[in-house]
Amino acid sequence: MMMSDKNELSHHFEINGGDFSNAGRISTSIKEILQEIGIDSSIIVRAAIASYEAEMNVVMYAQRGVFTLNITPEKLLLNLEDEGPGIENIDLAMKEGFSTATDEMREMGFGAGMGLPNIKKNADKFDISSIPGKGTSLKITICLDRTERK
Amino acid sequence: MKLAETVEKLNLKVVTGEENLGAEVTGGYTSDLLSDVIANSKEGNLWITLQTHQNIIAVAKLKDLSGIIIVNNRQPDEDTLQKAKEENVPILISEEMAYEVSGKLYELISS
Repeated sequence: MMMSDKNELSHHFEINGGDFSNAGRISTSIKEILQEIGIDSSIIVRAAIASYEAEMNVVMYAQRGVFTLNITPEKLLLNLEDEGPGIENIDLAMKEGFSTATDEMREMGFGAGMGLPNIKKNADKFDISSIPGKGTSLKITICLDRTERK
Repeated sequence: MKLAETVEKLNLKVVTGEENLGAEVTGGYTSDLLSDVIANSKEGNLWITLQTHQNIIAVAKLKDLSGIIIVNNRQPDEDTLQKAKEENVPILISEEMAYEVSGKLYELISS
């Protein structure tokens, strides 16, 4: 944990692709951190859903990823940078039901094509960019100030 | 309704999380898709599923579910049991199928 000069808490987490045995650990840690500092439970649920989906995308598709949680008095910022295959067509990937998951993942109950749409639904602001063959970057903002929420 | 009473009425076998049987069950959520459960289940829900692999534990933990009912007498994987113990997540096994378990739980909770 680091405290930067502008009243901001920052946490970094590393995720390894294919590591199903630790999958969910980062989103659980994020939830616990937010509970500890007394964030409203409705916000925690949204942050937990968004971070779980982001984390699982790295586990399922990428080689590795770095997850950063920044907490300011106004908002939660969840940034995820991964090294992986990237996404060819982001519009298509954002469509509910679209998935490139393998049969094995689908049997486990993944690959419903709900991951990115779930992130978007729970974020006040969601930016996604990707370079095919290199990786994907997600920026998820959840406002703590009620007036700025969507 | 307490989890212990649900266990008794639905004739469930408690495999892990015995110490959490005092938890309040707020309802049920029946699904085998993890993203669906993550998005739509509510705190205190009992999750009815046929999934037996270890990743169900993180989902239950993350959404503060009261427990997981595995249907059709399917047996959880060894690493699932291990994780459930570490995280204190109740795993309950039913011999019945999801349709029957869901119907009975619905009756119980709404009565």
